[in-house]
Amino acid sequence: MGNTSSMLTQYDIEEVQSHCHELFEQQEILSLYQRFCQLDRNAKGFISADEFLSVPEFAMNPLSQRLLKMVDGLNFKDFVAFLSAFSAKASLRQKVQLIFKVYDSDCNGKVSFKDIMEVLRDLSGSFMSDEQREEVLSQVLKESGYTSDSFLTVEDFVKIFGSCKPEMDVEIPVD
Amino acid sequence: MSSTAGRLVTSRSELDLDHPNLEDYLPSGSSINEPRGKLSLRDLLDISPTLTEAAGAIVDDSFTRCFKSNPPEPWNWNIYLFPLWCFGVVVRYCLLFPLRVVTLAFGWIIFLSLFIPVNALLKGQDRLRKKIERVLVEMICSFFVASWTGVVKYHGPRPSIRPKQVYVANHTSMIDFIVLEQMTAFAVIMQKHPGWVGLLQSTILESVGCIWFNRSEAKDREIVARKLRDHVQGTDNNPLLIFPEGTCVNNNYTVMFKKGAFELDCTVCPIAIKYNKIFVDAFWNSRKQSFTMHLLQLMTSWAVVCEVWYLEPQTLRPGETGIEFAERVRDMISLRAGLKKVPWDGYLKYSRPSSKHSERKQQSFAESILARLEEK
Repeated sequence: MGNTSSMLTQYDIEEVQSHCHELFEQQEILSLYQRFCQLDRNAKGFISADEFLSVPEFAMNPLSQRLLKMVDGLNFKDFVAFLSAFSAKASLRQKVQLIFKVYDSDCNGKVSFKDIMEVLRDLSGSFMSDEQREEVLSQVLKESGYTSDSFLTVEDFVKIFGSCKPEMDVEIPVD
Repeated sequence: MSSTAGRLVTSRSELDLDHPNLEDYLPSGSSINEPRGKLSLRDLLDISPTLTEAAGAIVDDSFTRCFKSNPPEPWNWNIYLFPLWCFGVVVRYCLLFPLRVVTLAFGWIIFLSLFIPVNALLKGQDRLRKKIERVLVEMICSFFVASWTGVVKYHGPRPSIRPKQVYVANHTSMIDFIVLEQMTAFAVIMQKHPGWVGLLQSTILESVGCIWFNRSEAKDREIVARKLRDHVQGTDNNPLLIFPEGTCVNNNYTVMFKKGAFELDCTVCPIAIKYNKIFVDAFWNSRKQSFTMHLLQLMTSWAVVCEVWYLEPQTLRPGETGIEFAERVRDMISLRAGLKKVPWDGYLKYSRPSSKHSERKQQSFAESILARLEEK
């Protein structure tokens, strides 16, 4: 049956809530669970890459492959934890941490010139040459006091974003 | 919308030729597009608009919503409602269902005992044979509708046999065809199915002039387009019925109409169909059920209630493209049947969106970065 709230107990909800730093309310977690079950077609307990890509709006996104590496095979708890950075209640630090993780694809805690170039390549495709991308990146790095050999850490990212929170809020539809 | 000719040359997929710019419908997310002075490191690193779009799509997207079957609310959660519901189940399965099966079997016997002889014996006299076959097909469809206790209300002038006209309707299930066919014997264009449905398609439905296509074959489109054109030119052919959505949608939304039906150089007569979900949800979720299961579900429900509106025939306005015409007719049908419009191609159920959409986003990103780089 479609009505899935009977499958999540109060304990489950509280466990998920603590895992996502209390950023989602009970109703939002229930909605997310419905959505998770809808995307996970054969109730495997996780959503495969193929199932994510069956959402055309996601497949069309230039960063879809990078994000896919982060969300492929997540169980519901981790799925909610991933999305918690998009809650309106998330702090600047939590949002910047997610942005950092998208850049830091090899998860070594450092974002290099090469890492930023790869994301730029995903975002601009064939409409900018590698030279143009290098030129832009070197220039803005220099202006902010970094060099093309610098490695940026999470703290650097937090400093760069300053006090202005990135606009990264997604509202969970509650029906 | 002159976008179709120039830009689509770069695309490899033929399916792209069928719909206008998605970007005209979808909210454009990237705020990095607005030139805001000199580019800073923060601006370059800030991928939040793109990430937000992706997360938004993961959380909820209008495409998946079109194919969601909403199960009816359970009302048997009470000590006295539950026995009532049990009684209802017994009536439906043990009384109504056998009666319906018998009615349907009876209808088939009459149909086959008349159809087969007529088809074989009247080979020479085409006009008479076609007329009788038309009546017989309408009859068997009425039997089908009766077997689900179908309550269908038709509004508007009944379709007539005239050349240079084509009928289009929104699509919820294969039973749309049966509901419409019981009133008028249409020649419909459908996907060729396997199994017993395929058998019916190649024997009986051939006689009314139905046309088959195969979604997975790209070359098929030209052949089918030619067959359509030939059909509408003929004066004695049954009126042609096309479901321009190309796939079954859950009767709450309409997806993009394929422009093929609107470029045949003839009048387009829209038909709007709306099912009342109070007794049963008639949406055929082909990913979840086979057609046989779907029919059985209908035959064990109380009734199938729907309304059919035959709307005013439309012609291509001067200066209007095929796609604009298709959208205009989709507006009419969606308004009449109370459906919401979404900007998606129904075929995305079976394939991935082409790269041209992400390419367009990449292009606008690249252009804005380069523009801001110029500003010193």
